[in-house]
Amino acid sequence: MEGADSPSPMGEGRGGGWRMNTQPKLELQSVSYIYEDGVQALRDVSLHIYPREITAIFGPAGGGKSTLLRLLNRLNDLVPGRCLEGRVLLDGEDIYAPGVDVHALRRRVGMVFATPVPLPMNIRQNLTYGPELAGMRNRARLDELVESSLRAAALWGEVENRLDEPASALSGGQQQRLCLARTLALEPEVILLDEPTSGLDPISTAKVEASLQELKRHYTVVIVPHSAQQAARVADHAVFMLQSELVEEGPGGQLFTKPRNQRTEDYITGRFG
Amino acid sequence: MSRQLRQQLGFALLSLATTVVVLPILALVVYIVVQGAPALSWEFVTAMPRDGMRAGGVWPAIVGTVLLTLGTAVFAVPLGVAVAIYLVEYARDTLFTRLMRLAIINLAGVPSVVYGLFGLGLFVIFLHFSTSILAGSLTLAIMTLPIIISTAEESLRAVPQSFRIVSLSLGGTQWQTVRRVVLPQALPGILTGVILGLERAAGETAPILFTVAAFFLPRLPRSIFDQTMALPYHLFVISTQVPGMPVRIQYGTALVLLVFVLSMNVLAAVTRSRFRRRRQW
Repeated sequence: MEGADSPSPMGEGRGGGWRMNTQPKLELQSVSYIYEDGVQALRDVSLHIYPREITAIFGPAGGGKSTLLRLLNRLNDLVPGRCLEGRVLLDGEDIYAPGVDVHALRRRVGMVFATPVPLPMNIRQNLTYGPELAGMRNRARLDELVESSLRAAALWGEVENRLDEPASALSGGQQQRLCLARTLALEPEVILLDEPTSGLDPISTAKVEASLQELKRHYTVVIVPHSAQQAARVADHAVFMLQSELVEEGPGGQLFTKPRNQRTEDYITGRFG
Repeated sequence: MSRQLRQQLGFALLSLATTVVVLPILALVVYIVVQGAPALSWEFVTAMPRDGMRAGGVWPAIVGTVLLTLGTAVFAVPLGVAVAIYLVEYARDTLFTRLMRLAIINLAGVPSVVYGLFGLGLFVIFLHFSTSILAGSLTLAIMTLPIIISTAEESLRAVPQSFRIVSLSLGGTQWQTVRRVVLPQALPGILTGVILGLERAAGETAPILFTVAAFFLPRLPRSIFDQTMALPYHLFVISTQVPGMPVRIQYGTALVLLVFVLSMNVLAAVTRSRFRRRRQW
């Protein structure tokens, strides 16, 4: 009964009653995506992503998860020869419509990558980089942003006295939290995380996951977790993707305990992947 | 033959090759220093040449070479770096950009005397700059451009792509990304290429032969439309065109030119290593 999986805010098994009157923050309408070399990364994917919850998109490698994430803030524009069908809406507006300011869009929809890449600057400059590019010059306001975003990423205590040191001097786990803080400093509405803990030790991973729980109170969080276990730990809403297709989605608790699709069950019980 | 022996033989051959290369350079430098040092004096460096260049100093030639090097930099550096930025950061891989790259690579292989003739035709005659510092600088700039473009391109390409993606993902435009992340990281490499290119310009004779160099002009140039003496051409003149020339003046001039060019080389090396220590990737 795959038809029952079709995303609808009122649909069966979709979230709690509190979501009844909530508009989706992001909406994919029959999105297909083909790379220049002919590889089909997404096939007719429709999905609603709601504010103030964590949507986890999981599945085996090569399933189109990262492509989907990169479509949401148009980072895929950087790849030549793309071919996109369907529509991607943010607050009901098509982000691929002509005339959309891509740079403003990327500030609204921030991204954290799998490998932490601190810019070759000091810690403070890494955080003020985005806001300054957007035209913010107010010193006091920038300092405020530095502190609040570092606190939200659970890094403030470790770096408050070394903000002028090169960001590359931080440990891997600290660098990843710095990258999260850097995205938060944009004051975005949506935060995309592409396997943000894949290179981290368990303690740093726990710290990042804990900050996600805080963040979802204010932001729309979309994460591609690095394992099904992590998906089960963090997801309010879980989306299983396999071979460019959306196989099943549902509330985290339900999808991981009572999956409706055989392929989802096979994957989360470890039969493949 | 045992592997041990072959290994030792290999090392011996490689170090022999290195010695063969380094020895002549060392010998040349030592020879010029020994022969030229007696001619060096405060007067030699700061005085006008006298007595048909058989006495006095090389001051106008030093000034001329410095001016030509600066003039070359003024034209070649902004243009060369701009072209490199365009090719690496903006240009898509099209037939046009491929042809441009091919042209740049081939320009580097054109003999310097051809640049000299080209400068004579374009700047001196067609554009009526006459033989002047302006015409000479422009000619040297065209010769130097391929070196500056290629090294700047390489330095820009060496900046990790992930920096660019992160900057764009933070809402940066392409130009903001180039200006604030890529250029600062590529700067040491670009500077090294600039200095090496200028160093070549400073030592060239053929491109300035028809475009700027004066045979004998014992005064300083007054404007960029003046001719000037220059060290490489002066050295050529006093070595081949002036009978009864004291040998020590010839070697003294060679030594001054060598010191000028080598100090630019040292400058390049120092710049590179200082920036490299600050690099964070």
